[in-house]
Amino acid sequence: MGKLKIAFYWNASCGGCEEAVLDIGEGILEVLEKAEIVFWPVALDFKLDDLKKFANGEIDVSFINGGIRLSEQEHVSKLLRKKSKLVVAFGSCAHLGGVPGLANLWKKKSIFDYYYREAPTVKNPRGVVPSTKTRVPEGEIDLPEFYEVLKPLGQVVKVDYYVPGCPPPPNVVAKALEVVVEGELPPRGSVLGASNRALCEECPLNETKPKELLLKEFKRVHEFVPDPEKCLLAQGLPCLGPVTRGGCGAQCIRANMPCTGCFGPLDNVEDFGARAISFLASILDYDTEEEILKALEKIVDPVGLFYLYSLPSSLVRDRIRRK
Amino acid sequence: MCSEFEPRIIVFACNWCSYAAVDLAGTSRMTYPPHIRIVRVMCSSRVTPEFVLKALAEGADAVLITGCHPGDCHYISGNYKTLRRYLLLKKTLDQMGLGDRVRLAWFSAAEGERFAQFIKEFVKDVRKLGPLSGGR
Repeated sequence: MGKLKIAFYWNASCGGCEEAVLDIGEGILEVLEKAEIVFWPVALDFKLDDLKKFANGEIDVSFINGGIRLSEQEHVSKLLRKKSKLVVAFGSCAHLGGVPGLANLWKKKSIFDYYYREAPTVKNPRGVVPSTKTRVPEGEIDLPEFYEVLKPLGQVVKVDYYVPGCPPPPNVVAKALEVVVEGELPPRGSVLGASNRALCEECPLNETKPKELLLKEFKRVHEFVPDPEKCLLAQGLPCLGPVTRGGCGAQCIRANMPCTGCFGPLDNVEDFGARAISFLASILDYDTEEEILKALEKIVDPVGLFYLYSLPSSLVRDRIRRK
Repeated sequence: MCSEFEPRIIVFACNWCSYAAVDLAGTSRMTYPPHIRIVRVMCSSRVTPEFVLKALAEGADAVLITGCHPGDCHYISGNYKTLRRYLLLKKTLDQMGLGDRVRLAWFSAAEGERFAQFIKEFVKDVRKLGPLSGGR
């Protein structure tokens, strides 16, 4: 049997996921013994024409990171889907929408107005904004269309597996690649390389979490230096470990930062943010509306806290009144 | 046809107080607008934020959570937990422009009339907000 053909592609993402592939270090050499990379425009000189030359289903696995914000991204992802036996959504953005998905709180027009006209660093006297077609003396040139909303990969093409994380840490990438290369695949739609227990299960501070955890006050990370030996949630930091999928090795907590939920929800949870709201509000130790609201003042940006990576996957994604 | 917008509102009512209030409104032949669909739960704290989001996602224009008055919860503290979760959920929904569409109210088993009155006003308010979806 020949080597496994693997492709990598990026959509609306920061590029961190591409680096995450290399973060597995020498592990990549073991992968390359059994697989060859046939398409990876970020790292190697591949063009769209190279992709078009593949027969349908010729590529064994495509790892695609980033959400879908531009028509070009949709086009290439659909093409990759056709050419690949398996498509793996790689990283939080492809999995759930990711940080760029927070822009779904705004209309396309508001985003363009701010970034091309109103932002203090912008000087644009002619009011030029990107448009799909522009006439220049040499003829007509075009740009991809910027969609009204960003969608996770799975809402645009059929996705076989997900690799979570922002970016997926080396142990998860290595495990996911191993599963794919060895062909030991779980049922379709599964999350690869991570656990199906909440992060608290593997957290080094879990032992210090009180049996009954109730909080009088939420704190924010810039306000104090937390004790690195004590459960961050018990110290008042909104740590999303109790509702977040584990498997990352609690990297952020080991760096004294609370979990922000990049691994997304556990299996069978429909809305990550709703779960996070539910658990965090439940441990607040006040009974009157006035006291509760006062404590909630410390949650200044609830969407940014509970839906940092998953707004485009929320149950109400199509109901948001975009500004 | 669509001369006026007729809202669809999901009401969660707890078995012990607020559902009894709804029942009283019915048995006393009080009238209130027919726009609400009532879901009986054992306690208002059974209503997780996911329930509310799911209702909004699947076609409801607004959601009303109801329960026993503070201090009256059949399970002692359920309605306090409801209050905490509701306030944080509402704050989140405010940011999404959906905060006006979710409310929490307490009704004792004797407050059938207050319930009918509340629904009249809520329907009026939701009518003003307009439809949430393009309909399903």
